[in-house]
Amino acid sequence: MTLEEKKQEIIEEFSLYDEWLDKYEYLIELGKSLEPFPEEKKTEDRLIKGCQSRVWLDAEERDGMLYFSADSDAIITKGIISLLISVYSGRTREEIATDDFGFVAEIGLKENLSPTRANGLVSMIDTIKNLAENGR
Amino acid sequence: MQNYQKQMTITEIRSQFPILDTCVYGKSLVYLDNAATAQRPQAVVDCWKGLVEGSNANIHRAVHSLAAQATEAYEGARDRVKTFINASAREEIIFTSGATASINLVASSYGQLFVNQGDDVVVTVCEHHSDIVPWQLLCERKGAVLKVLDVEEDGRLNPEILKKLLTARTKIVAIAHISNVLGVVNPVKELVSVCHAAGVPVLVDGSQGIVHEKVDVQDLDCDFYAFSGHKIYAATGTGVLYGKRKWLDAMPPYMGGGEMIETVRFSGTTYAPLPMKFEAGTQNFNAVPTLVPALDFAESARENPEVQAEQKAILDYIYTQLTQDNRIVLYGTCPEAKIPVFSFAVKGAHHEDLALILDKMGVAVRSGQMCAEPLMDHLGVTGLLRASFAPYNTLDEAKYFITSLLRAIEMLQ
Ligand SMILES: Cc1ncc(COP(=O)(O)O)c(C=O)c1O
Repeated sequence: MTLEEKKQEIIEEFSLYDEWLDKYEYLIELGKSLEPFPEEKKTEDRLIKGCQSRVWLDAEERDGMLYFSADSDAIITKGIISLLISVYSGRTREEIATDDFGFVAEIGLKENLSPTRANGLVSMIDTIKNLAENGR
Repeated sequence: MQNYQKQMTITEIRSQFPILDTCVYGKSLVYLDNAATAQRPQAVVDCWKGLVEGSNANIHRAVHSLAAQATEAYEGARDRVKTFINASAREEIIFTSGATASINLVASSYGQLFVNQGDDVVVTVCEHHSDIVPWQLLCERKGAVLKVLDVEEDGRLNPEILKKLLTARTKIVAIAHISNVLGVVNPVKELVSVCHAAGVPVLVDGSQGIVHEKVDVQDLDCDFYAFSGHKIYAATGTGVLYGKRKWLDAMPPYMGGGEMIETVRFSGTTYAPLPMKFEAGTQNFNAVPTLVPALDFAESARENPEVQAEQKAILDYIYTQLTQDNRIVLYGTCPEAKIPVFSFAVKGAHHEDLALILDKMGVAVRSGQMCAEPLMDHLGVTGLLRASFAPYNTLDEAKYFITSLLRAIEMLQ
């Protein structure tokens, strides 16, 4: 699936739910389905700053593509990072670095988080972009 | 101005707080973050608005009529605060921008005169950062030692343990009347008496205490009592420092400028008498007078039997709900000293997730470290969820909160 197709898929998925609680149920499921993140990778340098809960993010490059892995001690946050990973894992650095991450606004995620959490989301996006632009 | 003489029902009280009719995400707002900031009754909003619209002029300085009105309103608030906490003189009431500013004033000014290298200052493990960091800064500046009093299992401070911490070098003790996390009333009178027996003055952080207890500073015999206006229904940016006259007279000014002077010469400046000595620069004269209707409301609510009964019912209900569920760990459990401020952890559910889901159900609660990182470390948690109630909250809201909480826990497990 191309980046655009994947984004479209998520926008459609989100539009199925009218209620925010249902969207959270969906994010919680996404969080639960995230692949286990090794304990030894939960280091200070992989911690994303600016979140109320702790979020770790790691990236690996294989065959010119970036693959992300992540974890959080809060499940909704984990669902959000899982969502971002499902969109941006397996893309080239260039694809990620030049993307505008606008689909996040389209699913209304940022607007529906409190300012501290919205900052957390912005930090996650910035970290993903940074990893694409500069590597670790 | 609102007359609270007639006893109001809770429905009538709620009608004084139009913000309580707010809807969030299509649900009626249930505001349970009162320990962070309280809502303002209409009388406070009207007073605030009236001051800006009708008598905006700088106080104490000019001879014109508007200035006289503004000064009268400002100084009237000082008298109201004096009677509210039963201070022995109006000069003992210093207006500040809030509890944090009040504590910084004492740490800086009292500290400058009385704390020296090798002395010690005692705080408790359950203090808000605002009652820790000013003392840390003082200790760093002076080469003094910061000592920490532990809290008992049930959330209270123990005077006997405090007694053992005091030495001949202890220069001041700073304690919360009620911790903003634990929500239990500390035995302030006993704590003060133990300190005074050792010749040590006490600052009480009354940010939460002033809201939930009837405070009589002469009876408590504390040396300083600090609180913020915004937690007790007044405008933000208002605060009070009560200090015994003997200390305030001895202490050097904290900030210089404005009306805190008597004469200014390059050869030396002399200072204005109390309370002006500690009120440098233009004061928050549009907001300070809102303390009058705010404290009127606080007093009438405290003395209202219907409010008392509802608060008691809320306290008993939430306490039971949170202690009977083995997935929930409540901190601050001392039953006879408990006030309706509840901080707790839920096994297997992160406080941030719970707060996020509750928000979508219309319930505003606090999550995280609540400006008390040392206490969180002490309890071995990364953060907690806190629900804090005010006189305008109802038992129905308490029940809705518990139902919503249980539903959120289900979602997360
Ligand atoms: C116990 C306690 N102390 C101090 C403060 C600081 O109050 P303010 O931020 O209004 O200065 C608070 C408020 O959060 C508090 O609850």
